[in-house]
Amino acid sequence: MKKRTSSSVCILLLLFMAEILTGCGSSTTGVNGQVIVYNWGEYVDPETLDMFEEETGIKVIYDEFETNESMYPKVESGAVAYDIACPSDYMISRMIQNDMLSEINYDNIPNAKTNIGAQYYEQSKGFDPENKYSIPYCWGTVGILYNRTMVDEPITSWAQLWDEKYADNILMQDSVRDAFMVAEKLNGFSMNTLDTDELHTAMKSLIEQKPLVQAYVVDQVRDKMIGEEAAIGVIYSGEAIYTQQENPNLVYVIPEEGTNVWIDSWVILKNAPNKENAEKFINFMCRSDIALMNFEYITYSTPNTAARELIEDDAIRNSEIAFPDLSKYDHLETFVYLGEDGDALYNELWKEVKAY
Amino acid sequence: MKTAAKKIYIAFIILFLYAPIGTLMVLSFNASKTRAKWGGFTLKWYIDLFHNEEILRALLNTLLIAFFSALAATIIGTIASVAMNGMKRRTKSIMMGITNIPMLNAEIVTGISLMLLYISFGMKFGIGTILLSHITFNIPYVILSVMPRMKQFNPSTYEAALDLGASHTTAFFKIVLPDLFPGILSGFLMAFTMSLDDFIITHFTKGVGVDTLSTKIYTEVKKGIKPEMYALSTLIFVTVLILLILVNRSPDKKKS
Repeated sequence: MKKRTSSSVCILLLLFMAEILTGCGSSTTGVNGQVIVYNWGEYVDPETLDMFEEETGIKVIYDEFETNESMYPKVESGAVAYDIACPSDYMISRMIQNDMLSEINYDNIPNAKTNIGAQYYEQSKGFDPENKYSIPYCWGTVGILYNRTMVDEPITSWAQLWDEKYADNILMQDSVRDAFMVAEKLNGFSMNTLDTDELHTAMKSLIEQKPLVQAYVVDQVRDKMIGEEAAIGVIYSGEAIYTQQENPNLVYVIPEEGTNVWIDSWVILKNAPNKENAEKFINFMCRSDIALMNFEYITYSTPNTAARELIEDDAIRNSEIAFPDLSKYDHLETFVYLGEDGDALYNELWKEVKAY
Repeated sequence: MKTAAKKIYIAFIILFLYAPIGTLMVLSFNASKTRAKWGGFTLKWYIDLFHNEEILRALLNTLLIAFFSALAATIIGTIASVAMNGMKRRTKSIMMGITNIPMLNAEIVTGISLMLLYISFGMKFGIGTILLSHITFNIPYVILSVMPRMKQFNPSTYEAALDLGASHTTAFFKIVLPDLFPGILSGFLMAFTMSLDDFIITHFTKGVGVDTLSTKIYTEVKKGIKPEMYALSTLIFVTVLILLILVNRSPDKKKS
């Protein structure tokens, strides 16, 4: 008995040594070096990474984060010197302000010029005014998802989230900026406003709406809408297509008062150890066939117009949810970083709403 | 009346403890990805699970880190307990206080301070730093479960062994260690489980591309957790359940 346990301990030890060695193995480089990528979880088709390694001989070391807020301190601390990250709009503006990004040399990333649609660069100017630091990877809108069997008339406006008819049937997003965006658009303000009067008006609207709201949710909105637990919910467009496939009664609209257009973009970090490989990686990701594979895997809208042409299913290629014509809507905006004081102000007011 | 109330009370406790796990197990057989709809019975997620290298790798990492950090912490913790038992009362209580602090400290503080420590020593983040961190936060749990056994230990038996000609080492392994063994074992198991479900400290001290189950599951929140994770959790739960049943049955067999 004793012998057997000691031999099994030995085997485990060997396994562990192998694990540590291969762990280090992942830091050894490919023929042409390596590139360290920090991306959202489930935000790339793993097959494309294998293809990149095979074609270029560059080893991809891939790491994932779950929120912009958890990504930032890890990049800032320098515990790991990442080459590329894929943060969202407002986090990119924060990283630009803190001088954490390196300028992109478009000559080395030709696919970014030819394949990414001009309107997405235009939209990016909200957080990256000269398009110097970021290349759009995924984008989408925030809108209203409603169940047509549970409402009396089509929903077209944020104002209908304040309609007492739908008391206890409304789902709001449980995050400061998303919730305030709705109230600010309702009142005709910018969603990046720092005007205290406007913010107080928005806060009052949210407090007024609170008794009608069934729940403040994050990703439960998907399951709740599919399960018909609520009639109206605020949702990200990327989730809308999936929920419709599960429940055909659901309809997604971009409200007439305008909304948030979010963009997650590739950036190269200032202290990136493998800048050239980083450029090659982004160029590869912007290739139309690769962007198509990623679109099919992630299902969030791609800014890659060349990839969109390649989508075989007409219904998806021309989908108003996945690829709305942004020029048709007014008051579309993208979040920018408001500075520490701005964030503190928003959080303070949000606390008042939640505690009311 | 009283016994009925007792039974209902117990039933409620069991219901609250196991209803979530039951839900998860049922959903692991759901063909539809959403919890809101029953899409029919399927074993698809179990098949996918065994083809998903990333999840299996994370599982292997988790188990190895848990095993080896618990092993190292048990050895260090046991030695520390033996040493602390020989100390003067004052020093002993000071030492106990020091070892208790990391347990009471918020995990996020431990995690960030370990990360800063590793950075300042220029260490490379990877499985090694996770292992070191887990050993660090496991030691107090081992000491906590070995110390009470140590207090019950009768030093006369150890002295008797020495009188009868045993060397210090022999006396320690033949007399002290067997007496402490239940405490050591429960300390090991405690450390193992603590390491198994740690998220925050691992999050801050892990290197690129190294994931444990908890960090892997957490990265999936943006796009929704995949049912493969339900399948894996079900398998882990069933394994633990079977082990527990086996452990609890064996003494009965000996009696009969």
